[in-house]
Amino acid sequence: MKKKALTLLVLFTLMIGFALSGCSSSSESASGDKSGDGKIHLKFMHDWPKGSSTAYYNLVEEIIKDYEAKNPNVVIDVEVLNPDQYRDKLKVLAASNELPDVGLTWSNGFAEPYATGGQFAPLDDIIEKEFKDQFVPGTAESYSFNGKFYALPMEMNITYIFYNKEIFKKYGLQEPKNFEDLKNIGKTLAKNGIIPATVGSKDGWPASMWFMYLADRIGGPTILTDVIHGKVKMSDPAIVKAAKEIQNLVDMGFFVKGNTAFSNDDAKGYFLNEKAAMFLTATWELPNFTTSPDVPKEFKEKVGYFKFPLYEGGKGTDVNSYVGGPGLGAFVAENSKHKEQAKDFAAFLVKEWGKRSVEGAGILPATKVNTEGLDVPEMYLDVLNDINNATNITTWFDTQASPNVSELHHDLMTALFGKQVTPEEFAKQHDEALAEEAKK
Amino acid sequence: MKNVMSNKTAIVLYVLPSLLLVLFLIYIPIVLTGYYGLMDWSGVGQMKFIGLENYKKLIHDKLFWESTWHSVLLAIFSVLSLVGYLIVSLVLASKIKGANLFRKIYIIPMLMSSVAIAQLWIKIFDPMNGLINSLLSMFGIKDTPLWLADPDMALYAIFVPIVWQYAGFYIIIIYAALINVPQELIEAARIDGANAFQIAYKIKVPLISGVLKVLTILAVVGSLKYFDLIYVMTGGGPGHATEVIASYMYKEAFGKFNFGYGSAIGFGLLIISMGTTWMIQKMLRTNKE
Repeated sequence: MKKKALTLLVLFTLMIGFALSGCSSSSESASGDKSGDGKIHLKFMHDWPKGSSTAYYNLVEEIIKDYEAKNPNVVIDVEVLNPDQYRDKLKVLAASNELPDVGLTWSNGFAEPYATGGQFAPLDDIIEKEFKDQFVPGTAESYSFNGKFYALPMEMNITYIFYNKEIFKKYGLQEPKNFEDLKNIGKTLAKNGIIPATVGSKDGWPASMWFMYLADRIGGPTILTDVIHGKVKMSDPAIVKAAKEIQNLVDMGFFVKGNTAFSNDDAKGYFLNEKAAMFLTATWELPNFTTSPDVPKEFKEKVGYFKFPLYEGGKGTDVNSYVGGPGLGAFVAENSKHKEQAKDFAAFLVKEWGKRSVEGAGILPATKVNTEGLDVPEMYLDVLNDINNATNITTWFDTQASPNVSELHHDLMTALFGKQVTPEEFAKQHDEALAEEAKK
Repeated sequence: MKNVMSNKTAIVLYVLPSLLLVLFLIYIPIVLTGYYGLMDWSGVGQMKFIGLENYKKLIHDKLFWESTWHSVLLAIFSVLSLVGYLIVSLVLASKIKGANLFRKIYIIPMLMSSVAIAQLWIKIFDPMNGLINSLLSMFGIKDTPLWLADPDMALYAIFVPIVWQYAGFYIIIIYAALINVPQELIEAARIDGANAFQIAYKIKVPLISGVLKVLTILAVVGSLKYFDLIYVMTGGGPGHATEVIASYMYKEAFGKFNFGYGSAIGFGLLIISMGTTWMIQKMLRTNKE
């Protein structure tokens, strides 16, 4: 019997041994360049799996193939993960100083600990050399900390009010010139039993787009960024006024009933089903309004967009000031063994991405796009031209804010739309959280 | 088999894996949670020891007590619904026609995943096109309620699917217990002239009181730590109208990256759950004696 127990013990240890060796072998491959074929191996990690982000995945594969063809002594080892796993793995790899040579990062709050903790390499030289005036204003800055740039931005989104042209035509409505027009449109539609606008304010961030634009138009394009940097208080009269305007809209039935229980996807349904006339959202929805085979063609033809109208007497007098923000950017690891080669690859990737992403995947890059001879739906061309002419892009308030403030902001947005807080209380709670954050 | 049972090494060897698993996956994390509660920690990076600061904050945190109240309300509702389940089970166990079919109907919600249930009920509660409001407006009611979007109503609205979700589970267990009540006792009672109600109240229920006690504790503890449907359907909103302890903990730890404070909330939840379990056991015991 003892013998059997011993066998079991051995088996048990073996199993644990296998499990552990499984871990160690995978981390070995993470450090790369050990295959001894004399080539430079660069480890590249991204979060666009073949199944769920096919267009992204194929585009990256294509660019890598081209890079390897151009640089025969370099091999790119790609590791693909789901976005959630990607976030976690990046954390773990950073903790053990084993970041891939090149990888992707989100902007602002996400990148900050890596950048200030010396995990990401500063890319000022590359930006100066290869990307001078190439990025859409404000995008590279979202990855900049202590005066240095730590990533090359790849994605860019701005927000518009998309609307159903047919509904507008039916009730003789025009694109609004100013905020008063927009309100009147709302009144007309509501009177006729059409939902003027849909918004998923349960999620907080879609509701915040309305607030950010109103703050921009009433208080000027820099006001929210100034709030983040502590130069202006949230209780500034302009911002409180913006919050008040939101509740005015809520009172007049401008937004879909019960929106505080809707996620962004729920709300989007009302627009796609033509129950609501307007939907304030970002350009990541463009494929749905142009190329996506899942949306009926008849509907796609009805979708138009306009810029958020100006507010009479407001400080924001430029309709080309947008709310938006960058998504992912490419970083180079500080302790990469082939830093220069890695930087070269990152630059190539971002540059090619900028050239091909619109046509190849319907993604707006953060690099300026030459629209001449581009074979894409007209809406894309219009948007790209808008981006090239943008005077300001205010990065989403919740992306700029710390996680603490961002979470509170989402809660307060829902409460503002549900009329559970007054505009004054809304501002006060923000200020308290921001003040507490500043103490840290 | 006898050989194995008398061999101490073998016993240790068989018990050890599960013991280690429970120890490492349950008890050590509990201790660690209490310990993290003493820290100012964002989940990554340096932990800072701040003593009982988080727990002090917890006691003065209005939001925490509000969400605790919501959890307690849910527990009360769950326990009350046990009475309903008991009645249903009594009917099912009394050999009516189609009892078998009904049993299956009741168990089906149990088989659905929480997220599917949530999606289903979101559609039912939809203020514009939802099943309930469509019905109401069919009867000419103009000002239909907003359900999940109404802060005063959302909490009670969301209790419905939560209670509904577990109905099958409780009914099946009570039903199984009722089936095992000895037939002789019931027959004897009937000969003595007891009616169906008396049989149920005086014979069946006392005989399955052990099961009912366990179910009460399960319902209470399950309600206190409840999370899934709330998270998917309202996310604790609008405002914090449907916030419960677990969703509040999740928001603090994973939304705001306050792992220290989130851990303190988790530890608070553990203490509250243990306290109520102990209280219920005590209450039910004195009732019997």
